Amino acid sequence: MFAVKTLTDREYLAPGHRGCSGCGQAVAVRMVHKALGQRIVVACATGCMEVISSPFPQSSWEMPWIHVAFENAAAVASGIEAGLKALRHKGKIDNRKIKVVAMAGDGGTADIGLQALSGALERGHDFLYICYDNEAYMNTGVQRSSSTPYGASTMTTPAGRIQKGQATWKKNMMEIVAAHHIPYAATASPSYPMDLLGKVKKGAEIKGPAYLHILSPCPPGWGIEAEDTIGLGRLAVETGAFPLYEQEEGKIRLSLDFDKLIPLEKYLKGQGRFRGIDQERMDYMQERVLEMWQDLKRKAGLRELRPSRFRKEGVKWIRTS
Amino acid sequence: MGKTRGMEVSIAAAEAVKQADVDVISAYPITPQTHIVEKLSEFVANGQLEAEYVTVESEHSAMSLCIGSQAAGARTFTSTSSQGLALMSELVPIASALRLPMVIYLVNRSLSAPLSIWNDHSDVMSIRDSGCIQLFVKDGQEVYDHLFIAYRAAEKQEVLLPVIVNLDGFLLSHTFEPVEVMEEERIRQYLPPYRPLYTLNPDKPITMGAFAPPSLFTEAKKAHDETLKASHPYLEKAWEEWAVISGRRYRPVEEFNARGAETIMITMGSLSETAREGVKILREKGQNIGLLELRQWRPFPQEEFRQGVKGVRRLVVIDRAVSPGSTGGPVASEICSALYGMEDQPSLENYVAGLGGRDVTVEDFLNMAAPPSREKKYAFSIHGAR
Ligand SMILES: Cc1ncc(C[n+]2csc(CCOP(=O)(O)OP(=O)(O)O)c2C)c(N)n1
Ligand code: SF4
Ligand SMILES: [Mg+2]
Repeated sequence: MFAVKTLTDREYLAPGHRGCSGCGQAVAVRMVHKALGQRIVVACATGCMEVISSPFPQSSWEMPWIHVAFENAAAVASGIEAGLKALRHKGKIDNRKIKVVAMAGDGGTADIGLQALSGALERGHDFLYICYDNEAYMNTGVQRSSSTPYGASTMTTPAGRIQKGQATWKKNMMEIVAAHHIPYAATASPSYPMDLLGKVKKGAEIKGPAYLHILSPCPPGWGIEAEDTIGLGRLAVETGAFPLYEQEEGKIRLSLDFDKLIPLEKYLKGQGRFRGIDQERMDYMQERVLEMWQDLKRKAGLRELRPSRFRKEGVKWIRTS
Repeated sequence: MGKTRGMEVSIAAAEAVKQADVDVISAYPITPQTHIVEKLSEFVANGQLEAEYVTVESEHSAMSLCIGSQAAGARTFTSTSSQGLALMSELVPIASALRLPMVIYLVNRSLSAPLSIWNDHSDVMSIRDSGCIQLFVKDGQEVYDHLFIAYRAAEKQEVLLPVIVNLDGFLLSHTFEPVEVMEEERIRQYLPPYRPLYTLNPDKPITMGAFAPPSLFTEAKKAHDETLKASHPYLEKAWEEWAVISGRRYRPVEEFNARGAETIMITMGSLSETAREGVKILREKGQNIGLLELRQWRPFPQEEFRQGVKGVRRLVVIDRAVSPGSTGGPVASEICSALYGMEDQPSLENYVAGLGGRDVTVEDFLNMAAPPSREKKYAFSIHGAR
C-alpha cells in the first residue's frame, strides 16, 4: 500500500529533462519509478521518453538504463533478464533481486514492437513491461498509431473534408496481452497515483511477465493545456473511455467502478484533436464506449449499468491495490 | 594437445561455443546456420553447457536480446545467415556502437531475391559498415579456432567490439573435416572468464544508448572508427597467443606462394582452398603466380595488404558478391582504394564468382588466372554468367 506520506522523496527521473510542461508521460514515469526503486534495470524504446531524458552527456536516469531501438524494448529486456539469470546461476553476480523493466510508447508497443512484446510474454521472462500510451507517435510529431482513438486527428489522420481523423477503433492491448495468459496486467493513470503505484509494485513483485498500460495525456499531441493533463486523465476514466482494471489469473477486477458514467462528450470536448467531430461520430463513440464498459463489468462479474447511465459528479472507489 | 576428430564443421563450431563457456545464446533458425544452433540447444538441454538459450521469435529479437544480455555482463553468442542478418541489420551497428563484444558465426548465404539458400557473401557485405570486426575462415579448424580467438580479442578492454566470423554456408558449414578439439584446460587458459568494463548494474547505474546531438555525433563516429582500427594489434596478439597453444598461426592476410609472384589472386573464405589448387597447377606449368587470402576484412589490414602486393604486376581479385551499379565487387573496390597512391600499382582484374551456390572449380581459377589477351589496367566481369 502506498500513501502520499510514505512515498519516497527520492527522485529516480532527475528533474531537468526536456519533456513538455504538463507531459502526462513524464508524470507517470516519475511515479512509476518511485514505486520501483533502485534495484532495477530499464530497457527503453525510442520515443518521447528516451529523447527527453538522454541527450548525451546528460541523463535523467538514476538507475541502470539502456536504449537500443524503437521496436525491441521487450527483446532487450528479455536479454537483460536472461543475462542476469545466467550470471546469477554461475555465481558471477550475487543473489539479490534485480527487476527488469521494459518501457515503450503506444507505437513501440501496439504497432512496431508488438512482435517482440508477444515473443517476450510468450517465453515468460521475469520482467515488467510498461506501455506509456499517449495515443500517437508524439516523438515524431503526432502521427497516428493503432492506439489513437477513433475520431482523433493526427498529422497522418488529419480532419479533412472527406476523412475525419482516425477511422479505426483503438487497439485493445489488454486483450492481446491477456491472450498470452501472463500472470498480471493492469491499466493505470497518473491521475490516480495511489492506484498506479500499487499496480506498479504488484507488477514488479510478481514472478514472470507483467504488463502495465498507462494512459499518458500529451498537451501538444492532444491539443490541451499543460494544466489539463491530470483532469483529462480523470475524465478518461470517469467517462469509461479508459477504464482502470487488473487482469490476474484470467480474472478481471475493476479498480474503479461507477454506477453512472460521465458523458464521453465532456472528455472529448476539451481536446483539440477532437475538434469539429460531428454528432454522428460522437454518438457512435459513446455507444462503443458504453458497450465496452458493460462488457468489462460483465467480465468482472459486476452488474451492468442501467438505462439512466450518466451522472454528473462524484467518484466512488471500490478497490485500491 | 587436443584430439583430432572427423566432424561436421557446424558441430565443431557448436563445440567451440560450448568450450568458450558462453552465458547466453539467442538465435533464430535459418538455413544453413541451423546445425550450429540445434547442436547448442542439445548441449544446453543435456546440461553439457550451462547457458541460457533463448529461442526468440525473430532474428531482430535475437540480436536485441544479445545486446541486452551482453550489456548485463554476460558472454553472449548468436549465429545467423542471409535474411536473418538482414533482419538483424538495424541492430548490428548498435551492438558495435554500444561496444558489446559478442561473437557471431555468420554462415554466409545469398540475400534474396531470387531466394537462394546457397552460398555467397552478399549477406556480410550488406553490413560491411556496421563497425564490427569481420573475419573470414576457410576450413573447419579455422572455424573452431576463431571462436576463441574472436572472444579473446573482442573482450579486451581496448577493443570491446562484436566479432563476426564468416564461414561459407554448406561449402564449409555442412562438410565433414578433421578438427582438433582442444583440451578444456588450454581453452580456459587462453580465454579467461569475461570481465566486462561497464554493465547494467543497480549498484553502479549507467546510461547506455543515449542520443547524440550534432555537436557530438561526429566525435562518437570518429572514436568508433579509431577503436575498430586500433583493434588490429589485439587481433594479431590473439592469433599469436593461439599459435602458442595450438601450433596454428593465423595472419590478417595469408600468403600462399605469394613471395616474388608476378600475378597474385585474392580470395576470401573457403574459395581459398580451391584457389590454392589452381595456384599449384599453374606453378607447375611455370606461371609465376601466388595467392593472398584476406582473413581480416574489418578492420582492413592496409599495411599487411600493401606489403603482400609489393612488386606484383597483376592482381586477380575474386569477389563473392555483386555491388550493383558499382565499378566492381566490394572486395575489389576496397583493394583499389587500398592501392591508391602506391608506387608501381599492379593492374587489377575483378571477377565476381560463386554467387548463390554456383560452384567455382579449379578450372575456373585457371581461367581467371590466365593472362588477358590485351593488358588493361582494370577489368571487371561476373564470371561464368550465361
Ligand atoms: C524502425 C524505426 N522506425 C521509425 C522510427 C521513428 N520513430 C521514432 S519514435 C517514433 C514514434 C514513437 O511513438 P510512441 O512509441 O507512441 O512513443 P511516443 O513518442 O509517443 O512517446 C517513431 C515513428 C524509428 N526510430 N525506428
Ligand atoms: S510530446 Fe507529449 S509525450 Fe512527448 S514530451 Fe511532449 S507532452 Fe510528453
Ligand atoms: Mg505515443
